[in-house]
Amino acid sequence: MNKKVIIGGVELKNPILTASGTFGSGMEYNEFVDLNCLGGVITKGVSNVPWQGNDVPRVTETYGGMLNAIGLQNPGMEVFIKRDLPFLKQYDTKIIVNVCGRTEEDYIEVVERLGDEEVDMLEINVSCPNVKEGGIAFGQNPCSLEKITRKVKEKAKQPIIMKLSPNVTDITEMARAAESGGADGVSLINTITGMKIDIHKRKFALANKTGGLSGPAIKPIALRMVYQVCQSISLPVIGMGGIMNGEDAVEFFLAGARAVAVGTANFHDPYALIKVRKGIENYMEKYGIEDIHDLIGKVQ
Amino acid sequence: METKRKEKGRVIEQKEIGKNIYSMWIETTISGNGRPGQFIAIYPKGESTLLPRPISICESDKKRGRLRIVYRIAGKGTKEFSQYEEGETIDVMGPIGNGFPLLDKKAIIIGGGIGIPPLLELAKEYKGKKEMILGFKGERFMDKEFLPYGSVEIATENGSSGLKGNVLDILEKGEHRGEVILACGPYPMLKGVAAYAKKRKIPAYVSLEEKMACGIGACLACVCKMKEKDSHSQVPNRRICVDGPVFLAQEVDFS
Repeated sequence: MNKKVIIGGVELKNPILTASGTFGSGMEYNEFVDLNCLGGVITKGVSNVPWQGNDVPRVTETYGGMLNAIGLQNPGMEVFIKRDLPFLKQYDTKIIVNVCGRTEEDYIEVVERLGDEEVDMLEINVSCPNVKEGGIAFGQNPCSLEKITRKVKEKAKQPIIMKLSPNVTDITEMARAAESGGADGVSLINTITGMKIDIHKRKFALANKTGGLSGPAIKPIALRMVYQVCQSISLPVIGMGGIMNGEDAVEFFLAGARAVAVGTANFHDPYALIKVRKGIENYMEKYGIEDIHDLIGKVQ
Repeated sequence: METKRKEKGRVIEQKEIGKNIYSMWIETTISGNGRPGQFIAIYPKGESTLLPRPISICESDKKRGRLRIVYRIAGKGTKEFSQYEEGETIDVMGPIGNGFPLLDKKAIIIGGGIGIPPLLELAKEYKGKKEMILGFKGERFMDKEFLPYGSVEIATENGSSGLKGNVLDILEKGEHRGEVILACGPYPMLKGVAAYAKKRKIPAYVSLEEKMACGIGACLACVCKMKEKDSHSQVPNRRICVDGPVFLAQEVDFS
């Protein structure tokens, strides 16, 4: 059974990744999941300097999903390189670093700093809905998205994946902008901006008022967008949004995703990644599929 | 140290001990590290409720492989838990968190409302001298269970028993002298306890809570603000789930 896929010239031994922000750098989940079993780890967002993130409450549960507004808290790239990277390097899995910033220069600084490190790919976060500056501001306008893609690509030594926001009118426009800018792939979807109000306290459930919706509640939207993007560009697509099990992942492959990322499911079950992997294998076995490529984009 | 794990537990007793407050014994190999104040995460079964619920360990019976939680119905997850009957199989993960330090100093153990349950195991295992102060809105629960371990003074907001007021009013009377305070309860109470301890120049350890997602330190949802930069996060935030839930009050930024 072949489950290897290639994205931006990097071979993943299987198409299962962790969705950024839900898995840290793998240190905590390592107690539950053997990182060697994953195609790659997409890290939590890394910025040039430490970010404190938003006030609490930062998360709240919704029907079949959750809202988060962490605000990209992270210790900054130097600590990431000194502490998290050596940890990840012990494992036979690809390291995909999610890069965030407030300004174009911030992104470039991180990308350049990581250039000589043993990092396999960069995922450029131009779609976080929970920070005031940067993040989504770059990902909601095709011109600015194309511009930042081009600038990052010029400086990057590793392949770059642009992470797209669903909070746009036409996501295919954004995908095309990323492609024109020279991206090596795109990943989608980031979370969908939402809100929850505590009627007993008559207060917003999140300190940030709004947050990003994730979990199985958003899967149909994610799947539709992945399909649309796969139809409109020729870059490899990493699909994510509400994947809870192997069957969900297979839907994304059929829609055209070359790899999938599992996020919120990790909170619901720390063994979720292993279950998704097993579920995909079971499906392939059941239908006699020898190569994962025989599933990718094969919806009729 | 017992390492965290997720496993199947079995409900062996469930009782309503107050209005919307339940006591549940669970058969599990998770027992805690002998640091009262640790907690477990219980996973609701429905897929509409995705996140595990952090609930503190109220009592731990290692010999018989069981632990007790006392929880209040606060939403869909805890409502579901309250409906479990004896024999129900549930997903539990733990033990999580640092727990209270067991010192050889005279302690004032202070609990407010649903913050009281983890203090029972603490009262049991704390070897130094101790006095308990428990605060309730009105209806009392569990207070008698503390009696074998020391004196218990009670405050109720409606004055139905004990002092009319809260635990801070009892503290301010100045009759309780301890070398350390160990507390769990609502945020305003802990803030008041922190201020009192500062005034008395004694350390206070407070158990905090916050909305959590992963429960294992990865997602950075349940942070609390600290006065100093934390070495792990590089910012003045610490993770309540794994760095806490018990913190030295003097280090917490209660502003």
